[in-house]
Amino acid sequence: MAITKNEVEHVALLARLKLSSEEMEAYTEQLNAILGYMDKLDTLDTGNVEPTAHVLPLRNVFREDVERPGLAKEKALAGAPEASEGQFKVPRVVG
Amino acid sequence: MDYEAVIGLEVHVELKTNSKAFCACTTSFGAEPNTHVCPVCLGMPGVLPVINRQVIEFGIMTGLALNCQIAPFCKYDRKNYYYPDLPKNFQTSQYDLPLANNGYLKINVDGEEKRIGITRVHMEEDAGKLVHVDGPGGGYSLVDYNRAGVPLLEIVSEPDMRLPSEARAYMEKLRSILLYLGVSDCKMEEGSLRCDANVSVRPRGSKTLGTKTEVKNMNSFRALQRALEYEIERQISVLEDGGKIQQATMSWDESRGITTVMRTKEEAHDYRYFPEPDLVPIEVDNEWIERVRKSLPELPDERSQRLINTYGLPQYDAQVITSSRDLAEYFDQVVAKFPDAKVVSNWIMGDFSRLLNANNLEPQNSPVPPEQLADLLQLQKEGTISGKIAKQVLEEMFKTGKKARQVVEEKGLVQISDADALGKIVNEVISANPKVVEDYRNGKDKALGFLVGQVMKATKGKANPGLVNKLLKEQL
Ligand SMILES: [Zn+2]
Repeated sequence: MAITKNEVEHVALLARLKLSSEEMEAYTEQLNAILGYMDKLDTLDTGNVEPTAHVLPLRNVFREDVERPGLAKEKALAGAPEASEGQFKVPRVVG
Repeated sequence: MDYEAVIGLEVHVELKTNSKAFCACTTSFGAEPNTHVCPVCLGMPGVLPVINRQVIEFGIMTGLALNCQIAPFCKYDRKNYYYPDLPKNFQTSQYDLPLANNGYLKINVDGEEKRIGITRVHMEEDAGKLVHVDGPGGGYSLVDYNRAGVPLLEIVSEPDMRLPSEARAYMEKLRSILLYLGVSDCKMEEGSLRCDANVSVRPRGSKTLGTKTEVKNMNSFRALQRALEYEIERQISVLEDGGKIQQATMSWDESRGITTVMRTKEEAHDYRYFPEPDLVPIEVDNEWIERVRKSLPELPDERSQRLINTYGLPQYDAQVITSSRDLAEYFDQVVAKFPDAKVVSNWIMGDFSRLLNANNLEPQNSPVPPEQLADLLQLQKEGTISGKIAKQVLEEMFKTGKKARQVVEEKGLVQISDADALGKIVNEVISANPKVVEDYRNGKDKALGFLVGQVMKATKGKANPGLVNKLLKEQL
């Protein structure tokens, strides 16, 4: 399974990453190496293995519907690169 | 050419839990921005979300009420997209194994019943709110995450609707069911019930689907219907002009009454779903399903059938009254004291609903409690007041919150059923209108109505109409 440069470009766009042509080259190679390893896994016979949705043998871990206070506003915003009027300030994305 | 539309709806409904879907933050409305948040719903690294049991419970209730199969095994997935309304850069949702699927609900349009298929019901979470601010360099956006992580259900219909009125009826029925279940407030204007429509057109009789567009931003039932009417017309005229429909997301502009293109690029829709590793899968066994099934309240269709069977109400009446659980409760309480159900339904569908709407009230906070409406109807039945006066009394009761009998006494509205007193007025009216009397005697039956009207006018509507008729006929 080979990854083309076009696919890397597409994934970079989805991830909002701006890549130089050297980086594009490098990541195409690296991603191909990772997926190449998947090919190796594909050689295993998994015909008798049930598909799994989770690595832990756990089901139905729930909490009761009880509310508790969260963070103080100042703490919530403490890690924000920019804040204004008690809100997270971000570059304008749409219209 | 004759075209038909194909419509499917995707509905998002905010669940009425106390706490958010994966953390203990409150879901209550209207707080200062970013005061209902915690490390989990802010998507801080290393946090561990845990599923709110009530979300699953509400999801099963909704699935069962929509005649769905509840999946014995389901899981959450990450839907990846980059937009600052989600702090995690993904929305916790369900992809290939939703909680419920393959159901239907019944709608009734112009007296015809139709089943609309429900493809799936899945659980996900709401996003934060962005406010865009103009300024140099394109401006900026402010983000409030109070709604981020509030549980949602997404309910996806089959493309089974052909008319905007059917889509509206579907939405109204769905809202009614959700309100009966008590799983959501369902306020379209406030956004706790939202709907997107997939719509395409094709030559009538064709089996293949045309290219569809997705219409968003319809914030009321009326907006949904208008937006669909507009979009269907738009698509038909594009085809008539020899054009092609471009697959796009459209936005309904309520003030201009048109749909406009929001985006056409589908690249943004590459969500790269994968199983959410922080939440373990959910298994719902039959015991759980049956326990929820037993706890379901009577739903609109059943209730409507009960009103038809028990009281002999026409189907139309039964449907209007049961469209709202509160209205149906109100009806039941009035009928318990005044058992003429058809009279009660006429009043509730007519003057009572009109006054509720005019005063922007719900049945449960009406200034006229059910037993007072029953009293009013009793006064009318006994002949103490006429039907016309009863309408006036109800308005007064709405305005003042006074009891029916009190209004009738204070305003001196007791019906005149005294033959002597009425006889005098009847004679006066007869002598004042010789021409009309002449007409009546010459066989113009309509003339009698005019004379009755004159007597009613003279008594300010208080005359017993049956008696007036009788007296007039005797005198003439
Ligand atoms: Zn939280």
